[in-house]
Amino acid sequence: MADSVLVIGGGIAGIQASLDLASRGMNVYLVDENPSIGGRMAQLDKTFPTMDCSICILAPKMIECSRHPNIKLLTYSEVQEVKGSAGNFEVKILKKPRYVDEEKCTGCGTCAQSCPVEVPNEFDMNIGIRKAIHIPFLQAVPLKYLIDEENCLKCRLCERVCGAKAVNFDQKPETINLNVGSIIIASGFELFDSTKKSEYGYGRYRDVLTSMEFERMLSASGPTGGNLVRLADGKVPNTIVFIQCIGSRSSKDLPYCSSVCCMYATKEAILIKEHHPESEVYIFYIDLRAFGKGFQEFINRARDEYKIKYIEGHPSRIVEDPKTKNLQVHYEDVVEGDIKNIVADLVVLCPALIPRKGNEKLSKIMNVQLDELGFFKAKDSLLNPIDTNIPGIFICGYCQSPKDIPDSVAQASGAAARAAETIIQATQRGKR
Amino acid sequence: MATPKKEIPRVGVFVCHCGINIGGVVKVSEVVEFAKTIPDVAYAEANLYTCSSEGISKIKEAIKKYNLNRVVVASCTPRTHEPLFRNACEEAGLNKYLFEMANIRDQCSWAHMHEPEKATTKAKDLVKMAVAKARLLEPQDEPEIDVTPSALVIGGGISGMTAALSMANQGFNVNIVEREPELGGMLAKLHMLCPNFEDASKALSSIVDAVKSNQKINVLTSSEVEDVKGFIGNFDVTVKKDDKPLKLNQGTIVVATGAENFEPINMYGYKSNENVLTQMQLEKLLKTGDLRKPDKVVMIQCVGAREEKGRQYCSRICCGVAIKNALIIKDLYPETELFIIFRDLQTYGQEYEACYTEAREKGVHFIKYTSSNPPEVSSNSEGKLTIKTYDAFLKEMVELESDLVVLSTPLIPQKDAEKLSKILKVPLGSDGFFFEAHVKLRPIDFATDGIFVCGSAHSPKDISESISQALGVASRAAIPMANKHVRADAITSIINEDLCSGCGTCVRICPYGAIQKNEIGIAQVTSVVCKGCGTCAASCPEKAITMRHFTDDQITAQALAALEG
Repeated sequence: MADSVLVIGGGIAGIQASLDLASRGMNVYLVDENPSIGGRMAQLDKTFPTMDCSICILAPKMIECSRHPNIKLLTYSEVQEVKGSAGNFEVKILKKPRYVDEEKCTGCGTCAQSCPVEVPNEFDMNIGIRKAIHIPFLQAVPLKYLIDEENCLKCRLCERVCGAKAVNFDQKPETINLNVGSIIIASGFELFDSTKKSEYGYGRYRDVLTSMEFERMLSASGPTGGNLVRLADGKVPNTIVFIQCIGSRSSKDLPYCSSVCCMYATKEAILIKEHHPESEVYIFYIDLRAFGKGFQEFINRARDEYKIKYIEGHPSRIVEDPKTKNLQVHYEDVVEGDIKNIVADLVVLCPALIPRKGNEKLSKIMNVQLDELGFFKAKDSLLNPIDTNIPGIFICGYCQSPKDIPDSVAQASGAAARAAETIIQATQRGKR
Repeated sequence: MATPKKEIPRVGVFVCHCGINIGGVVKVSEVVEFAKTIPDVAYAEANLYTCSSEGISKIKEAIKKYNLNRVVVASCTPRTHEPLFRNACEEAGLNKYLFEMANIRDQCSWAHMHEPEKATTKAKDLVKMAVAKARLLEPQDEPEIDVTPSALVIGGGISGMTAALSMANQGFNVNIVEREPELGGMLAKLHMLCPNFEDASKALSSIVDAVKSNQKINVLTSSEVEDVKGFIGNFDVTVKKDDKPLKLNQGTIVVATGAENFEPINMYGYKSNENVLTQMQLEKLLKTGDLRKPDKVVMIQCVGAREEKGRQYCSRICCGVAIKNALIIKDLYPETELFIIFRDLQTYGQEYEACYTEAREKGVHFIKYTSSNPPEVSSNSEGKLTIKTYDAFLKEMVELESDLVVLSTPLIPQKDAEKLSKILKVPLGSDGFFFEAHVKLRPIDFATDGIFVCGSAHSPKDISESISQALGVASRAAIPMANKHVRADAITSIINEDLCSGCGTCVRICPYGAIQKNEIGIAQVTSVVCKGCGTCAASCPEKAITMRHFTDDQITAQALAALEG
């Protein structure tokens, strides 16, 4: 129906836009290429500066999306084609086969218990394992299993044990045609590849982690059950070093600031101290960016109450001791002007958050412009930050420019308003 | 509300395995058999997944087949699943408040996964408690309230105007109340805008024209909100325009009152030396073209912001503003030397960082100071300014002479923010800005239904961020207006007028302003404003207040069931 809206991306921005539109009586198709909605926020342990449990505040919204009579969830699906114009877009969606019937699956998990294949779990940033038949995470919406075709042995054990007879190896990709009045893009972000900064040894040293990996480690439902351990030897790390601006604010890599890293590193540092108050935590930064509401107060607490040590500067390299697996972090003390090092048990890199690779494909399908970095380009970044060059297609969240959760939520509601305006005005034109 | 006729409870109990989540620890069949022995339980069964479509239809069938009038589901958490089960009851013709949930997963099987025996015993207790409450449950109504499809926008700056235009384009009537004689707010005082140097006057005139020519928008300038009564859908607003009261009936309210600039009295020679300006004063000189060519300009960041005690927050926009103005001066007078003395440069995102790079390339000098070594400004008899500052890169004190010192001061809350917060009964945060319902996920709602906030009234932000929030508010406020009605909470408090002594404790303590005293001094609840938090019932010294759905009898019965053993 032309009074419907297509929302691309089921992270917090896409969820908020969908719920706003559905709550006012408009129909929404929420498309996510992943098997569950939830996006990046579902992977986080806590959120700054309130220390809310991320999934606990997100899950009710995810469930509301799945239960809302006006929202149709299309997970594990991709936009293939978009034609038409504001008020009347023809959209083709490709729904990939889960090899599990969504109608029949109850999410009981018996199938995964019987599955003999164990592979790294991408939701846990490949630290933990999952089965070939799996759900991405416990609170997944929809709570429907899927078989990862690449790793499945076709042993069909899952098919035998499934009481609901939901496993279906004959499932085929499905093309779904939609007619919508407006489109909202909320495709989010991905992480800069930290192996490019070879001086820090990411990929070579087991206990040099990215912040997203570390976030999963902190999470009670993560691969270590929320226990802080070194992957090299299972010991509890005592000295932990964070390094900001991995690939960001750099003339060589990415020129911009990712806007959230100083804050989430501070949050992760506080969480370490809450796990193990005796640990030593250092955060290396270029400029400490705490520009949001309550952020500077949060940093002050981290520094004064939790005794987190902020060091200005960018370490030059990390060297692992092959025996102890300890990590020597070399840096210049800009206050004293000396070259120094800290022996860390674990190092967390805070990589630049970058536009998703899929943006290019979406941009071609919809003729929507990207900026030179690959973010979706607003019609006017100052006065029109939600509109794109194509009338009726709007953008919100990190895919437009770096921003945190509340800014994404507010902008997502803004995109919902613009989509609603488009549809209401198209309907009025139709009536005349 | 009519007294419900007493009926004999017939409770149905549905115990969920939740796959292996509960069934892997708790002996579900034992819990079901136990449930059948509890008084007034007419039916009990186990489900693999009570929330699956099969489970839901089983509840509905059982309600009809066994003539159930109360339903208990023992499964996961009501946070996520209560609405689903309540709907199932409703679809089977049962009032949805005749449903009770026992959380035997989060509070039992998950918490005691290594003690299956004890977990099973606890699950039984939790079911017994839920049944004890369910027996006493009463049907409740969710009254429907009509919503006037018209919004009041307080503040006629860029945020308020943007929100108003979007709501008007969605078909709603809007009244903008602006206390100044003209629309425009802070935007009217700016020269060029961060970060892309658009002309503020041009941006302003295009939106002011759009607002003024929109038939659905009524602009009330030189006006202030005097009083607001009522609740979502039906706010009775009194506006004072030209000293005359004007009554408006509004469905929703948007707070877009913006912020003001901190004036750095007694700091860095401000006011005592005419060459010490704030960024706002420099902005004015640039706008009017009155800035004479300076040889040197020194800008100082964080003047009255990011303080150890006092104003702790970062005002977000000042680094961007300083760099923008430095670049404008560089454009006007390429020979002018510019210094920005900063603590941490907040050029977040893409465009601000790009401006920072451009400024460095164009020769703007950046000197980093630390909060323990703030700069000092002195002037000689001819008014020439000397700035002494610690340079954290050189690790030594440096001395600069300058014609002009520009102080970057933070945005601070409007002087009358507190007054407005009392009129609207919405809170301010410890920083004095309006405080939203939830910092993460409800950044532009207030906890009070039907009232919203956007722009710098919420916290300092730039034009683009204010516009995003304003459009966001235009969606949030449109929801009740588009639906034309809202459903109020059923779980509210009731005053027993015979017991009420009129002490006023509840009136003072209610966080939503839902309780007032009537003409004879007895407390009265406006049900549609009440959120059912229970604060009043807990604090009433006469025990004159009952919470619907959480009555003393119901909770006592639950507690006694737990203690029975």
